[in-house]
Amino acid sequence: MLIFTARRIAYTIPIMLGVSLVCFALVHISPGDPLVSILPPDASVELQEQLMAIYGFDRSYPEQFFRWLGRALQGDLGNSIATGRPVTSEVMNAVGNTLILAVTATIIGFTLGGLFGFVAGFFRDSWIDKLASTLAVVGVSVPHYWLGMVLVIIFSVELGWFPATGAGPGGSSQWAWDWEHMSHLVLPAVTMSVIPMGIVARTVRALVADILQQEFVTGLRAKGLLDRGVLAHVIKNAAPTALAVMGLQLGYLLGGSILIETVFSWPGTGFLLGQAIFQRDLPLLQGTILVLAMFFVILNLVVDVVQSALDPRLQRG
Amino acid sequence: MAVAQTDIETLATADKPRGYWSGVGRRFLKDKVAVAAGCVAGGLILMAIFAPWVAPQDPFDGTMIRRLSPIGTEGYPLGADELGRDMLSRLIYGARLSLFMGVTPVLIAFVIGSAIGIAAGYAGGWVNSITMRVLDVFYAFPSVLLAIAISGALGAGILNGLLSLTVVFIPPIARVAESVTTAVRKLEYIEAARASGASAFTIVRAHVLGNVLGPIFVYATSLISVSMILAAGLSFLGLGVSPPNPEWGLMLNTLRNAIYVQPWLAALPGVMIFLTSISFNMLSDGLRSAMDIKQ
Repeated sequence: MLIFTARRIAYTIPIMLGVSLVCFALVHISPGDPLVSILPPDASVELQEQLMAIYGFDRSYPEQFFRWLGRALQGDLGNSIATGRPVTSEVMNAVGNTLILAVTATIIGFTLGGLFGFVAGFFRDSWIDKLASTLAVVGVSVPHYWLGMVLVIIFSVELGWFPATGAGPGGSSQWAWDWEHMSHLVLPAVTMSVIPMGIVARTVRALVADILQQEFVTGLRAKGLLDRGVLAHVIKNAAPTALAVMGLQLGYLLGGSILIETVFSWPGTGFLLGQAIFQRDLPLLQGTILVLAMFFVILNLVVDVVQSALDPRLQRG
Repeated sequence: MAVAQTDIETLATADKPRGYWSGVGRRFLKDKVAVAAGCVAGGLILMAIFAPWVAPQDPFDGTMIRRLSPIGTEGYPLGADELGRDMLSRLIYGARLSLFMGVTPVLIAFVIGSAIGIAAGYAGGWVNSITMRVLDVFYAFPSVLLAIAISGALGAGILNGLLSLTVVFIPPIARVAESVTTAVRKLEYIEAARASGASAFTIVRAHVLGNVLGPIFVYATSLISVSMILAAGLSFLGLGVSPPNPEWGLMLNTLRNAIYVQPWLAALPGVMIFLTSISFNMLSDGLRSAMDIKQ
């Protein structure tokens, strides 16, 4: 187990380096001068050179990369060009809100998706199975930002049950666990939960169907075990993979929340990314993406380690 | 003489064993859901091609008098958008850019990703390891994030959108290509071909491609649905296609401000995205089970 974990961590380090290289490259693939958004069009050459030196754009690429990486490792992702505030603090403020949304959505999606998938796999080819499979296909095919709009239309515009935008009353970005804030969470979280729901339902259905066909289940049945007893064995065997899928989905939601956060004006990392894109605030864009991608890499690592702890057979791969 | 010729021909066709592809075709046609999905997808493609003939109005022509006319207005069966342009015509014309933006990246990624994956899979060894590790880096980004990161850095525009989506889809396709190629490479007939002195290029062309392209292609078709959602999503964010071009994601974005005035009108472009995405998804599922590919 220890060796497996160590090997898995060693494998993650080059990936992280690669990820940071991609994030670094983002600023440099973007057309035009990276300072164009803050420089007045009639700026003198001296001012331009001065700013280039301040931001370090006058050095060679490898030098810039390692300086940037070194600072990033110390938690300094530079300053936002638009606001001048440190990128790290902006991102950290937003990450909390995105986490609340993504975790809630994962829990809803995993519970419902797991239930659907389980029932579908257990009663294969019944009408429940067909219904669950249809729901799963709809879940992965629906453009979630549009689903968000439809939910807003139904539950905010027509019925007026839940607020349409923001994370709290008066556009507050500070989260609290009271009803006022939670009612803002309902629509975005339900919208977001549809993505993992479809995928979890598909995975669990396939898993359960596969496990039920294995010999040990026939053995259990031959031993005289009732369906309820068999069920416990199936759950135990399906759990590691299902949990792994859940972990990965959480990562996807954290990184992919931008569209839903835009629809609901949810003050998270996705919203921040949207701002960064429109103000052409490249340090903010770079920093936010770096943080989200690192979250995803680390989550993958944790999922792999936890999964192999639950199911030691995986360590041989 | 002529009689003998036909006899031989009938004999030849009668004895010809049913091929793999005719079996696939037969199984596919039995799958009613997949056939229906195929018809919808085909219909959408035809609609895009023949948009000028199908659309009742000019999609760019609007007057402020008709601004946000509700669904069911006379002469404007699906209403008019925020600039008074006919919604039905814009939805029909929208199929052109939306399908183009959704399908093209997958096609390009299919070509490039297959080439990378097959090369890495056939070469094996350190070439394989290095290629796959590089791809792993791109795998470390959630697909939505990578697409938005790249097109956010490049700025709005159709070409930038296509480019960012292509980059997103190359790694998963290459990974599938690599795994099927690695599996095929270990088979005995490849070894036999190598023993008989065939060059690597010949082996790949004659013995590998035919066996791996099918599964890779089916996998690629399953990505079209994701690609449609992502491509429209980019335009929804203001990246990708720019106004006044009709594109479903962009239409959804501009109509979003109207959800308190004409809520159901504002939701219409999303119905088209959903319809396209789900029909491609079901089509791809049908193809997969017809070709009996397990993934």
